[in-house]
Amino acid sequence: MDALEIARWQFGITTVYHFMMVPLTIGLGLVVAVMQTIWHRTGNPAYLRMTKFWGKLFLINFIMGVATGIVQEFQFGMAWSEYSRFVGDVFGAPLALEALLAFFVESTFLGLWIFGWKQLKQGVHLACLWIAVVGSFFSAYFIIVANSWMQHPVGVTMIDGRPVMTDAWAVFTNNTALVAVPHTLFGALAVAGGFLLGIAWYHLWRRRRDGIDAVGADGKVIAGEAAIPGRDRTDYTVWIKSLRIGAVVAMISFAGTALTGDLQGKLMFEQQPMKMAAAEAACHDGTGFSVLSVGNVGSRNCDDIVALIEVPGILSYLAKGDFTTEVKGVNSLIDQYKADYGTHVPDNPIYGDRAGQEVEYVPVMEVTYWGFRAMIGFGGLAALAALVALWLTRKGTVPESRWLMRLAVFGILAPFGANAAGWIFTEMGRQPFVVAPNPDLNGIDQVFMFTAAAVSPGVSAGEILTSLIVLTLIYAVLLVVEVKLLVKYVRGGVASAMPELVHAPVDENEDATPRDGGPDKPGTPDDVLAFAY
Amino acid sequence: MELLPTIWFIAIAVLWTGYLFLEGFDLGVGMLMKIFARNNTERRVLLNTIGPVWDGNEVWLLTAGGATFAAFPFWYASLFSALYLPLLLVLVALIFRAVAFEYRGKVDTDRWRNTWDWAIAVGSFLAAFGVGAALGLTTTGLPLDANGDRDGGPFAWFSWYAVLGGLAVAGFALLHALAFLALKTDGDVRHRARQWFVRLLPVLLLPMAGWAIGVQVLSGESWTLVVLGVAVVAAAAAWAQARKGNEGRAFLAIGVFLLGGSASIFGAVFPVVLPSTIDPAFNLTIANASSSDYTLGLMSIVACVGLPLVIAYQAWTYWVFRRRVSAAHIPEAHSFLPAVAAKALIRKD
Repeated sequence: MDALEIARWQFGITTVYHFMMVPLTIGLGLVVAVMQTIWHRTGNPAYLRMTKFWGKLFLINFIMGVATGIVQEFQFGMAWSEYSRFVGDVFGAPLALEALLAFFVESTFLGLWIFGWKQLKQGVHLACLWIAVVGSFFSAYFIIVANSWMQHPVGVTMIDGRPVMTDAWAVFTNNTALVAVPHTLFGALAVAGGFLLGIAWYHLWRRRRDGIDAVGADGKVIAGEAAIPGRDRTDYTVWIKSLRIGAVVAMISFAGTALTGDLQGKLMFEQQPMKMAAAEAACHDGTGFSVLSVGNVGSRNCDDIVALIEVPGILSYLAKGDFTTEVKGVNSLIDQYKADYGTHVPDNPIYGDRAGQEVEYVPVMEVTYWGFRAMIGFGGLAALAALVALWLTRKGTVPESRWLMRLAVFGILAPFGANAAGWIFTEMGRQPFVVAPNPDLNGIDQVFMFTAAAVSPGVSAGEILTSLIVLTLIYAVLLVVEVKLLVKYVRGGVASAMPELVHAPVDENEDATPRDGGPDKPGTPDDVLAFAY
Repeated sequence: MELLPTIWFIAIAVLWTGYLFLEGFDLGVGMLMKIFARNNTERRVLLNTIGPVWDGNEVWLLTAGGATFAAFPFWYASLFSALYLPLLLVLVALIFRAVAFEYRGKVDTDRWRNTWDWAIAVGSFLAAFGVGAALGLTTTGLPLDANGDRDGGPFAWFSWYAVLGGLAVAGFALLHALAFLALKTDGDVRHRARQWFVRLLPVLLLPMAGWAIGVQVLSGESWTLVVLGVAVVAAAAAWAQARKGNEGRAFLAIGVFLLGGSASIFGAVFPVVLPSTIDPAFNLTIANASSSDYTLGLMSIVACVGLPLVIAYQAWTYWVFRRRVSAAHIPEAHSFLPAVAAKALIRKD
């Protein structure tokens, strides 16, 4: 492998990893904010417990997103300096704005939320969480604006061989971004839905198994109480409500991803026809959607692929909204791309060994074909499972089956898989371009860049390999640690996030320290920090 | 003279200074976890002084990096790619440090805590040192060719300014953290921090003074020398105020030192943003490294609204958590049983 391939693997691994934490942060943040709002409005203690418990898991996950996010910003300059030089005028701005307008908001107000349970008035404290959650949405928006510019570069003019921003409005309202943002946010919510559903299922199952909850003759649940902190009737309410919220969120978000995904697909057929043709492994022009294609899909050789099951008309519907328009296949697109962007990589030293070689315009079809299907498949599976879960728990608790419980817990992974598959599909499907050209513009505006030209010329393959190995190993170790901690806190239940349930409250009369002190005199423990590391 | 690139050069200098001022003390507090704190309670006192704010402080680094990318893409690309391995080290350090803050208290064993304490201490030191080395090199030069790419192997960036810059930021962070702890804690930690501050100030500020003087020799002007003089006076004032027990003023004076030092360094290198040690013709300057005026104008508008807002709500955070933290405030570690183990305790109703 040369520097380019290693750098691509590194970008892929670090991004997919980072994007395991991000959707859970975005989705769970919103869910926790809603829970705290309900508690604030109704005073129902179950919702306070839900806020604390899911909030704890949210934070364990959030920090990993923060830690791995810095790598993302740095590696554009480190490993992709030619890319950074080429796109800096237009691509840097959304990244800088993300930090200035979204990250600051997110991290500062989350700090206030974590530590400010008693320092802030209840309403202000709740507002801090909402502000942090909205900050995370904005952060998603800015980063997707940046990514969408790579998919559909708008709002620029080429000056001295580089795109220069001339229309910021076009960049920040790129139609690719406007559909990708809701698609990504719904995808994030799907992750949160599955997460709630699986963990709440485990706890309801645990309560039945431990004999706390029972099922009456009519099949309805009889919630019980055990003399253990946090395992009372309120605890039952926490889990059944969490489960239902999770299931409903999962179904709504699947509907959301399907609707926005359809819009996105139609745009993509216009903007990057080759990506969509490769997603279908559609070699020839036609209307049919392939349910199963076999053959050596990865060979990029169309003659090797046979569509076993094909539904006529569906591909046209996905692309154009009708059932008859012919959609261009890979074979006719190759000729068009060659005519527009050349048959060979330019003979320029920035391409390194690849200078002068023939361009491979077809992305790796195995990845695009199966990535597209994995995204839809995992997403749909999770939504279906949520529906089944609602039905199975209609009488107030889960079945006793251990296997169903395991299925619910492992089902948490499905929306993660859908998210990862979607990103891998759309990024690999853009190849061989890092900035995809715009066929929808009049004439060829030359605003595109081959990935082969993007890597840092001054950095050796050995350096990038070092960072690839180091980061991958660290990420692997940290994933184990994160999952272990999540499991520990999940098994601890609500009590793990609420010390006040376990430890008797301190009797105020026995408290020797003065109640109110100036800055030099310590007050009661609660006065300084409501939460302590 | 190009107006917008100049403004953005100043803006980036401000962002870096803001980063060093804010994350300076939380990096320093991290380093002090192993060399200053005597027991677990003291370590938790240290951690909780920065608990609510460190993540917000770190965003200054992301913003400085992002703004450099947006305003001076050529500076960003050349600096970050030339310093590939040192920046990898910074990333690893920041990853471990961030995760350690959050995970340290999540398992109640000494071994677990000790592991993460090391991650915090070493991570904080390496992050401070690495960022300092990068800043030291961007002000004194890297072996860049005509395209702005590093000429030579993975370590061709090395010069003694990297070490000096690294020590400068690490030393400053330590001192700043001592001033911060004296201001934010109470009891033994507070008094010890003040003592250490008075005793260590000359040693800890020496590398930064050396770096600033070196830059003056390379490319200084008369006004930057004056500013450097102000910084030295501020350091002396910080020392005198700390001796008198005026912790707030000492902290403020250290801030003035940083402001003066950084203004004298960035002012001296201006209008060069990244000198080439191979040929001055390859220098990256505010003219040849910057984005278009359109992009810079857009960013200026956003920054004029955004940055004051950030400063306002971050200041509010410090106000909300203004109280001093002391050992008495640290609650006991929270232990809980997993539901599985709790089963044995269940009494059926």
